Amino acid sequence: MLFTSLEFILFILGVFVLYYIVPKRFQWKLLLIANVFFYACAGIGGMVFMGVTIVTSYAATVCMDRLQKKADNCIQSQKGIWTKEERKAYKKQVKKRKRNILLDCLFINIGILAILKYTNFAIANINGIAAAFTGNGVLAYTDFVLPLGISFYTFQTMGYVIDVYRGKAEAERNIFKMALFVSFFPQLIQGPISRFGELKETLYKEHNFVFKNVLFGVERILWGYFKKLVIADRILVAVNTIIGQPSEYYGFYVFLGMIFYAVELYADFTGGIDITIGIAQVLGINLTENFERPYFSKSIAEYWRRWHITMGAWFRDYIYYPMSASVPVMKLSTFTRKHFGEAVGRRLPVYLVMFTVWFATGIWHGASWNFIVWGLLNCTVILISQECRPLYEKFHAKFPKLKDKCGYKCFQIIRTILLMSVLRLLDCYRNVPMTFCMFSTMFTRFNIGSVLGGGLLTLGITVYDYAVVGLGVMLLFMVSMLQRKGSVRERLYEKSVVVQYFAVLFLLVAIIIFGAYGIGYDANQFIYNQF
Amino acid sequence: MDELIDILKNLHADVDYEKCTALIDDKILDSFDLITMIADIHEKFDVIIPADEIIAQNFNSAKSIYSLIERLLDDEE
Repeated sequence: MLFTSLEFILFILGVFVLYYIVPKRFQWKLLLIANVFFYACAGIGGMVFMGVTIVTSYAATVCMDRLQKKADNCIQSQKGIWTKEERKAYKKQVKKRKRNILLDCLFINIGILAILKYTNFAIANINGIAAAFTGNGVLAYTDFVLPLGISFYTFQTMGYVIDVYRGKAEAERNIFKMALFVSFFPQLIQGPISRFGELKETLYKEHNFVFKNVLFGVERILWGYFKKLVIADRILVAVNTIIGQPSEYYGFYVFLGMIFYAVELYADFTGGIDITIGIAQVLGINLTENFERPYFSKSIAEYWRRWHITMGAWFRDYIYYPMSASVPVMKLSTFTRKHFGEAVGRRLPVYLVMFTVWFATGIWHGASWNFIVWGLLNCTVILISQECRPLYEKFHAKFPKLKDKCGYKCFQIIRTILLMSVLRLLDCYRNVPMTFCMFSTMFTRFNIGSVLGGGLLTLGITVYDYAVVGLGVMLLFMVSMLQRKGSVRERLYEKSVVVQYFAVLFLLVAIIIFGAYGIGYDANQFIYNQF
Repeated sequence: MDELIDILKNLHADVDYEKCTALIDDKILDSFDLITMIADIHEKFDVIIPADEIIAQNFNSAKSIYSLIERLLDDEE
């Protein structure tokens, strides 16, 4: 059921109405039923995998929780009897047992994800190597179907299991409530990746109908649909034309394609997240924000702190920090400092961890080399800018006022957008050699004259489409500027009812009139659904 | 404490670590700084900071970092 389909809109309308009609104690149960219905529409097969995730995570978290509580009681009862060493040895033993449970759970769930998502990628690589020697592939491809949202719900659930292991979250004792956390339908397909400790505060609570919440939620949903249908799906045609015919569209077209894709991806992904957060808000549930105006970032490191925030935080908290603080990495740090000196010793382990995390980020986005190279290139750019930090500091010490100049800030923002857009060409062409080849044509095949002299109208969209997208982007920019000073909806709420009514009506009419659909329109899935 | 201040000065020389109490909240230290610092702390103090201790409140000031190190050293004894 696509977010942009009529069925989905009818579905959420039904859920909204029933949610506030049923007795409040049944609200979370209604949501669970809605999740089952939503997921069943995508195929029954996927429910089996989700069921395995729910059951194994439930069992693991409850076992770890019981073990910890029993251990705490035991330590308390032995206070003054056990020596410090005895207490430490007992704690260590408990931690080891908890760790074994955690590892079993991670093994099953990450294993399922890995097998379903990466088997064909592994086979393709093995066949590639075999073909180099024998001329033929040796393994047949599998026909695994990736269950809907498996990357997102697996990460969200494993984050919860690790939090329980660390004692940061309490285990949920009701398996149905746990199932609701794993399967909450608005965030199932593209995030945000929530933390149990935060989401449970509002997910299981009984909610009254609060007009302000519902109004804000509806406004956010409409804003999301505006971004998706008016901007993303309209510019998508031009992006697909440029990417799909590289022999015709090279040089300046590639530059245009990467800028168009930057617009499309932003409008598509943030639009989807707006719809998700808006739906949750109508239901009185708070979801974590996933974006903080990323295109205003002045560096790639900052960009990644503001784009897909919950995914970045997940990788940081559950891979980056644990790896960095692990015994092997610390030993490597000691070893490299001793043998290669302070400068290399300080950097090497950190760089190794960074590359591992970015490799994981890349392959999480897709089982193909283009995503891996994309991840590693992101890491390389971040590390280069990290290495250049002393140079920047020297430069800014010489020109201390430059940092505050508007022109310099704009330069930094444009530089970041361009760098990110160039890296995303790997996402567009989905083929590493092709990407580098097409990127190079920007500097070798100059066709700006023919592009501007009519070429733009060969990309499958009309002057009208360009005008709609242009106006949409301007509105997006203006709203982003306003958001810097606080919530736009809060300010709108302080205005008269007529102004609020007009704003909602404007969005609704804009979506109906300018949205990219109608006869012959093929409803497009959100880009991040595929991950 | 002086050894810790040296480690921190290595990351950002221009910060007043005696006074600053929002190193993480004000984004003075980023995640890259944090893991570099954790490796440096391991070198100087021979203590490994576990991942679940890497939270803002433990790293917002030199004082809180030092308290963390002392607590971990105490646990190890």
